[in-house]
Amino acid sequence: MEITTRSLWTLIHGMGFGALYLLACSGALVELFRLTAKSEAFDLTSGHERFMKAYLLTMVALAWAAVLTGTYIIYPWYRAVPSLGATDLSMFPQRLLISSPSTSGWHSLGMEWKEHIAWLVPISITMVAFVFIRYGRELKNHRQLRAAVLCFALVSFFAAGVAGFFGAMLNKYAPVQGGKTIQLSHGGEK
Amino acid sequence: MNGSERVVSTGTSAIQNGSGAAAILSAGLGSFVLAVLAFAGDKSALIKSYLVFYKPTGPLSGVTTTAILVWILTWAILEWRWLNRTVAAGRIFAIALALLGLSLLLTFPPVVDLF
Repeated sequence: MEITTRSLWTLIHGMGFGALYLLACSGALVELFRLTAKSEAFDLTSGHERFMKAYLLTMVALAWAAVLTGTYIIYPWYRAVPSLGATDLSMFPQRLLISSPSTSGWHSLGMEWKEHIAWLVPISITMVAFVFIRYGRELKNHRQLRAAVLCFALVSFFAAGVAGFFGAMLNKYAPVQGGKTIQLSHGGEK
Repeated sequence: MNGSERVVSTGTSAIQNGSGAAAILSAGLGSFVLAVLAFAGDKSALIKSYLVFYKPTGPLSGVTTTAILVWILTWAILEWRWLNRTVAAGRIFAIALALLGLSLLLTFPPVVDLF
């Protein structure tokens, strides 16, 4: 069993940071909705408040890690340009996708949307975490602030979902390949 | 924008809403700048070339770096101005959410292709 370094980075980006963010965000949305619906819910214990702050900060770290690894590590491999006359495009995912009408939409819609909408995630969740940390239990006195924070958290979930879905589909139709091979285990003969 | 126009007195809270409003409005603005730059880069080859800050990543590097800088700078300025103020939150949040909604629209390729 082996994996290439580029595949490993794609896994870290998508399954490590992206999917974990989506999971964490679904939990945060439930809690933020509960806290937004009733101001009395903001009578948090200090332990609960500390947990929420740490939880949101972890989400911020995941969101930034996902967009930075995606943009600066994986995306350059995705958009690499083959030399003139190259016929094997398997190492050039973007070119591979646009070479066929049946797959070009995965780039022109999927990647074009994903690469930009994904950046709304760290902006939104950083703001959400900042407001929660700054105000804490005081948020119970700021109904409009709570509602706006919930809206941004919802958008971050939607944006992360779009990026995650298209990331998975792009990697299915034109996986990022190459780099050093890492041997994970030696398979036995059947 | 006149800061004094926005200042209202409603709060019974120990912390004014200015700091939160600054964070929310700047996040909306940062998202909107990102979407506008992505749109502009898609429509103009000249703008696209200016947005290439890091060649392997192409114009996406300029779009995101510029938007993040605008977001952080706006946030710092608004935080400094509104830190201990109570502001007209409803109007500010409506603007921030409208900017966020426009960002979602402008990052959706079929909408970009309409222009």
